[in-house]
Amino acid sequence: MIQDLVIYVVYIAYAVGVLMTFGTLLTWVERKQAAVMADRIGANRAYVRLPFTQVKLVWWGLFHGLADGLKMLVKEDFKPRTYDWYAYAVAPWVVFTPVLLVFAVIPFGGILEPAKLFPALAGWFGDRTWPMQIARLDAGLIVVFAFSGLTIIGAMLAGWSSANKFSMLGGLRAGSQMISYELVIGLTVLGLILIFGSVDLGVIVQKQSGIVLGFLPAWGVFYQPFAAMLFLTAAIAENKRIPFDLPEAESELIAGYYTEYSAMKMGLFMFAEFIEIAIIGALFTTLFLGGYNLPYMNDSGFVFPGDYVVPMSHGAVVVTQLVVFLVKIMLVCSFQILIRWSLPRFRYDQVLSFAWKFMLPLSIANLAVTAVLVWSHQGSAT
Amino acid sequence: MKPSAYQRKRYWNEHEMSWWERAYLFEILRGLGITGGVFLRNMFKWMTGRKGALTTYYPEERRADYAAGNRGKHVLTQRPDGRPQCVACNMCATVCPAKVIEIDAAFDPDDPAHPKYPSRFEIDYSRCVFCGLCVEACPEDAIRMVQDVPDLPAFDRHRMWLGKEELLTWHPLSDVAKPYPTAKRDDNPRGPA
Repeated sequence: MIQDLVIYVVYIAYAVGVLMTFGTLLTWVERKQAAVMADRIGANRAYVRLPFTQVKLVWWGLFHGLADGLKMLVKEDFKPRTYDWYAYAVAPWVVFTPVLLVFAVIPFGGILEPAKLFPALAGWFGDRTWPMQIARLDAGLIVVFAFSGLTIIGAMLAGWSSANKFSMLGGLRAGSQMISYELVIGLTVLGLILIFGSVDLGVIVQKQSGIVLGFLPAWGVFYQPFAAMLFLTAAIAENKRIPFDLPEAESELIAGYYTEYSAMKMGLFMFAEFIEIAIIGALFTTLFLGGYNLPYMNDSGFVFPGDYVVPMSHGAVVVTQLVVFLVKIMLVCSFQILIRWSLPRFRYDQVLSFAWKFMLPLSIANLAVTAVLVWSHQGSAT
Repeated sequence: MKPSAYQRKRYWNEHEMSWWERAYLFEILRGLGITGGVFLRNMFKWMTGRKGALTTYYPEERRADYAAGNRGKHVLTQRPDGRPQCVACNMCATVCPAKVIEIDAAFDPDDPAHPKYPSRFEIDYSRCVFCGLCVEACPEDAIRMVQDVPDLPAFDRHRMWLGKEELLTWHPLSDVAKPYPTAKRDDNPRGPA
């Protein structure tokens, strides 16, 4: 019992730490990657001076994220004279909290056996094992959609309660756009659920650990390449980033639904957006890129074809799985940033017709084809 | 009259998109390839110790290609004895459009030919527009502009003032390019230099 508490507190601390680090670092990564893509240098001036010395740690401007956060914290918290101050105050948290909660059902590693990891505590932990996932829920994917649906309410609350026409328009746009793309995300993932036969994200990741056709890792992206593309597009639209950033289109709506927010309240919106980039990366990794799996790797080491076995200790396996998961998330985040700095913005009617007339029929077609294939495959197998 | 549906204007040089381009996805992938390629190229340059950008890290680095006619810094000329040639007439401070020159005049009983001299001569480079009008206004050729940039990036605007000591860098005897006329005191019609 108390062992559960210890393990899950460690898991939660890890998850929150990872998300906060991603949220802070991605602000820097985004600026830096955009600069490098445009033959510039990018943010490289913020530094931390070691106390009592003249040693300045610049680290390629890595501390710009910290500087941003500090700036947000000490700025004046301007409040508009709005008729609904409660909704105004609560909206950033409604956006921010569900984004963090989504990570609870995402498995960030394989099976943890603390007894093997810490032999000194073997007597206390016994031979129990814990999957590296904060909440092992049967309804994993459903929980993901439930929580990411909540952020829509936050955006609409912010737009409605700011007593500002621009915010109002931004809130309207956010509502219609996010609901449209929520539908597309759900439908693209249904094909994957059909193939893996579960909505439990832990099970989905475990089923992606093998090899298919002799050389391909059994990742979702090879079963459902089309759905992977649609999912990533719809997820970026859901996150309101640039090809789809109509709710906060600065050339039309100043800052959209958070025009009236300042200081850390506005920072929460920004932070939620950047954490959601990482969450999308984690979801995409979990669903389509095999999660923490590497090809030819299982819970006891690598087994290459030709019975060439590289055994690994349990600690090494756990660390490898954690690192592999983080690296995959980083790559997907970097790809999202690449998209954000390459594509021009849609027009608003184009965004909605793209969702309803293009993505939705395609995802339904993908689902139908997958259903037929799964049915025929199972029919031939049994 | 029935309102007609809106017809978008067709321009004579409008680009006809092919089937491939209208499918959009392939062109997106091509665009991502271009930007990603630039990113990877610049990252590779950076990892191999080269710079992936044209940017100069001012103030740590200076560009080597400042124009030969660039005049970015003031100097106060000196007499051979090291005193400033300036007579504190305030003409440069009057003509300065940015009002950045501040001069305090003082009396020097030891030099009867030039009894008035600047005890303080300061230029605020945070506001200077480098127009060169002070050089044109000076009747004594006491202020000049040289091919340099003021090395003044600072976090504080009060650090961007240059005083008389910093400006008195041009000495006639050390200038090889434009030697000071070693005129005898007697044949100068305007009196001793």
